[in-house]
Amino acid sequence: MSKHRVIPGFGLSLGFTLTYLSLIILIPLAALFLKAGGLGPAEWWRILSTPRVLAAAKLTFGASAAAAAVSAGVGLLVTWVLVRYRFPGRRLLDAMVDLPFALPTAVAGITLTSIYAPNGWIGHYLAGWGIQGAYSPFGVFIALTFIGFPFVVRTVQPVMEDLGVEFEEAAATLGAGRLTVFWRVILPALTPALVTGFTLAFARAIGEYGSVIFISGNLPMKTEILPLLIVSQLEQYKYREAAVIAAAMLLVSFALLFLINLLQRHLDWHKR
Amino acid sequence: MHHRPATTESAPVRWLLIGLALLALSLFLLLPLLAVFVEAFRRGADVFFAALHTESALSAVRLTLIAAAISVPLNTVFGLAAAWTITKHRFRGRALLLSLIDLPFAVSPVIAGLVWVLLFGAKGWFGPWLAAHDIKIIFDLPGIILATVFVTFPFVARELIPLMEAQGSDQELAAVTLGANGWQMFWRVTLPNIKWGLLYGVLLCNARAMGEFGAVSVVSGHIRGKTNTLPLHIEVLYNEYQFSAAFACATLLGLLALVTLGLKTAVEQITHQRASRHH
Repeated sequence: MSKHRVIPGFGLSLGFTLTYLSLIILIPLAALFLKAGGLGPAEWWRILSTPRVLAAAKLTFGASAAAAAVSAGVGLLVTWVLVRYRFPGRRLLDAMVDLPFALPTAVAGITLTSIYAPNGWIGHYLAGWGIQGAYSPFGVFIALTFIGFPFVVRTVQPVMEDLGVEFEEAAATLGAGRLTVFWRVILPALTPALVTGFTLAFARAIGEYGSVIFISGNLPMKTEILPLLIVSQLEQYKYREAAVIAAAMLLVSFALLFLINLLQRHLDWHKR
Repeated sequence: MHHRPATTESAPVRWLLIGLALLALSLFLLLPLLAVFVEAFRRGADVFFAALHTESALSAVRLTLIAAAISVPLNTVFGLAAAWTITKHRFRGRALLLSLIDLPFAVSPVIAGLVWVLLFGAKGWFGPWLAAHDIKIIFDLPGIILATVFVTFPFVARELIPLMEAQGSDQELAAVTLGANGWQMFWRVTLPNIKWGLLYGVLLCNARAMGEFGAVSVVSGHIRGKTNTLPLHIEVLYNEYQFSAAFACATLLGLLALVTLGLKTAVEQITHQRASRHH
């Protein structure tokens, strides 16, 4: 570095930051990968290809993708209303969006269960239509949607606020109807933010534990998610199985984060 | 006839969309919040207060407060140091450091607990050594704190970095020119500028620390009256079918969430007003 540093404290703050980061995050994660990596591909395959792990993976990734997709749809509607319209109670609504961030997952879990249980406020209507809310894969989906929804709103909101109306005006001048303008002008501009929000919600849903275990019923092969499977392996002192499942999950999550980073860089490049 | 601008929708469409959004949010967010309190008082106020007054509930509250009181300051100091490093200086690997700070967001809470078990558990890397020296980490307070620190690691830093990046370093440079040393600059210039963002980051960090479930659940061992935090105590009560008691304890965390959201809105209001006053 050629430039002389004017603001002091670089060495001290960098040193502290790196030490703390290593002790709390990097070394523990490295220990996990060492433990799992030391087992070899054959052992990985043996652990990950058991029917119980595969069923849990299918449910975890399937329900997370469905929940993130619904979050993206509802999130887009809510963001649109919050950004574009002025109505009484808008501030309150805006603040409420963060509730799933602030409400501890265990509280969300038992509450959603009580609402969607067959005798709950919403659950008994669902039961009337023959749909089982809590204690089913659908229940897992509900909890994950609750958890993921704010990620979409908070990612799309700043982009929508910065969106100028010039292109919309131009399109309207050229005779495009409001719906056409939305599909052809507004939605394409929001797509990168929507994809980022979807991916964040998806990544969070994959790892979610507290809100799901109450509502899912935790039946192996049916409503058991991957994080719960890790816990149950640990409770039987099967450290190797737990480590391999965890390492595989982390690899997927890191790949997703890497994708978001690429997308973000692409976005920044476009803005310039 | 009243003409609407070409860049908005007709009134019926507008109100339909607002109505749909309100419906979605009330079914989705308001209803669960309401349910916490309704379920808690379902069997009357006596049962509610009795549930909060048991020895195990009080010890769970105590443990939750202790864990937060240790983890939140640790991550606050880290957040300040990391934000100072990243926003006031340019160096090689800066982008990588930023990504590494975000890493815990991509880690399942369960895995955040698991890593400590692999290190310090009975069959972990340091397990035998710890046992020989009679030091207990897993299934005890140190493990709970480590798991909480891991999960809440990025919260303060994440709040401060964009704020300090936007503020730039002009005022700090002026302070250096006028002969201030590093600590004077930090206390008199930087800290007053970031205090609201810092407060908000600490609030978020604290809410997550007190409410953390998955990570703490893995390392705590669920020893009643000893290593149960409030969220774990709620789980125990719920699994014993003491629903009213479980929800009574849940109201404490629900209130914490509401207070956090309220303060967040207030802080945003203040920073917004200050920003518009400067322009």
